[in-house]
Amino acid sequence: MDFWSVTQSLLQGFGVTCLIFIITLIFSLPLGLVISFGSMSKFKPLSAITKVFVWVIRGIPLMLQVFIVYYMIKINGKNLWGEVNRFFYFELGWAVGPPELNGEGYGGLIAVLIAFIINYACYFSEIFRGGIESVSKGQYEAGKVLGMTKNQIFNKVVLLQVIKRILAPMGNEIITLVKDTALSNSIGILEIIMVSKTFTSKAIWPLFYSGAFYLIFVGILTLLFGYLEKKLKFFKE
Amino acid sequence: MAYLEIKDFQKSFGNLQVLKGINLTINKGEVVSIIGSSGSGKTTLLRCINFLEKADSGEMLLDNEVLLDASKEGKYNEKELREKRLNFGLVFQSFNLFPQYNVINNITLAPTLLIKEQAKAYKKDLISNSELTKKEIKKAVAEFIANKKVQIQENGLELLKTIDLIDKKDSYPCELSGGQCQRVAIARALALNPKVLCFDEPTSALDPELTGEVLKVIKSLKQKDRTMIIVTHEMGFAKSVSDKVIFMADGCIEEEGTPDQIFSNPKSEKLKSFLSNIDNKDG
Ligand SMILES: Nc1ncnc2c1ncn2[C@@H]1O[C@H](COP(=O)(O)OP(=O)(O)OP(=O)(O)O)[C@@H](O)[C@H]1O
Ligand SMILES: [Mg+2]
Repeated sequence: MDFWSVTQSLLQGFGVTCLIFIITLIFSLPLGLVISFGSMSKFKPLSAITKVFVWVIRGIPLMLQVFIVYYMIKINGKNLWGEVNRFFYFELGWAVGPPELNGEGYGGLIAVLIAFIINYACYFSEIFRGGIESVSKGQYEAGKVLGMTKNQIFNKVVLLQVIKRILAPMGNEIITLVKDTALSNSIGILEIIMVSKTFTSKAIWPLFYSGAFYLIFVGILTLLFGYLEKKLKFFKE
Repeated sequence: MAYLEIKDFQKSFGNLQVLKGINLTINKGEVVSIIGSSGSGKTTLLRCINFLEKADSGEMLLDNEVLLDASKEGKYNEKELREKRLNFGLVFQSFNLFPQYNVINNITLAPTLLIKEQAKAYKKDLISNSELTKKEIKKAVAEFIANKKVQIQENGLELLKTIDLIDKKDSYPCELSGGQCQRVAIARALALNPKVLCFDEPTSALDPELTGEVLKVIKSLKQKDRTMIIVTHEMGFAKSVSDKVIFMADGCIEEEGTPDQIFSNPKSEKLKSFLSNIDNKDG
């Protein structure tokens, strides 16, 4: 168990961590926008349903949601996630880490992703809603009297102001997501912490080592958000 | 001959009737000031004229065209509303400049966004009324768009000269004083060349020493025969710039007339007490 083999294993686990992070972001950002439009809808039933949904998802621990998505489909006799994994593994030849440590492999991963995407979309939707609602009515009205279409007002006038306002809370939430990916090991996904745990019978330092991966990742994100905030400093409302 | 004609505008918010039948005619090139105490419905009237609010009943004609007949139609679709709105310009009390655009882009943004539609119409026209080949039409449309862009840019710079802010063309609104912001907002409204330009207390949000520069710009527009409706609390300004002054009280036009008639010869009790209140405040 030398440094390089540990590094190699941890990198593999970190790849899974990054995969969960990126796929969750890619899908939850647009979904969050859709949900925020739903909760701001003038059609009362829609906004009410959306708000209740967001309340439920934000009110229940993410780990429980992961379990629910994972086991819900297991209960009906057949293990759907196992089937999914078999498809990926045998048909496509893709595997997440060594199969014996892999839970349901891609199946479990997809369960995690579904739970994460829905959960984060709800958090993002609240941030989006706050940002969109904080843009003054005057901006919309100015756009209207200047003959702009609704889309033009949103894209050309409102959007950048919203982005500027939500940058800080989005930064926080996205950094939380990096660390939340660890929850996936509760259903046996081989993300970096799960991998580092396999070494603990022999040594404890791989745990610290895996922490360093997170620190570097979060550090890069912090720099990125700092950069974006600086980029948008050129205007103030 | 009346250029803008408003007949019996009524507007309620819930149980509160804010406009109780407003009749108003404005000739081309005329400047009309609207004065009146807070809550009398001045802003609501401007918002109805600009289609930000839909009047419950009444009619509006501009240049012999019926823009609004509240009794007849249901709702206008977005496109119709936009076309109707473009007849008017509105300068807000709080400027509402777009913070992320610099001064020149604040002015050119809206006209630039209109190009696409104009180009579409131009293309359609070419297709049905000319013998040009597809390729030639494509070229003509591209040229049309390029020309428009140049025109809009030049027009924007020209407007900046008239408001005396050409040296600020690359500044952002947050770098300007309130008076400068309001001048840019006026230029932004002018960039679409509205038939009637409306102002809602354009100097109310400004420090007293900054109002002069804004009022000067508005006065210069009068020289150019721009038709304007100005809601204002600046009585001195209303007196000097207006062809007609309208005094609103409780959602009605209580009195209207030349500045002389209104300020030197008020007839109704409400106007008299309104004017004396203001004198007391000023003195
Ligand atoms: N969207 C709205 N919903 C409900 N009530 C409104 C709305 N807009 C205006 N009002 C009410 O209508 C009345 C007239 O308002 P308006 O803003 O037109 O007055 P104003 O003459 O412009 O006053 P001010 O001089 O203070 O600007 C007020 O009593 C106001 O509270
Ligand atoms: Mg008002």
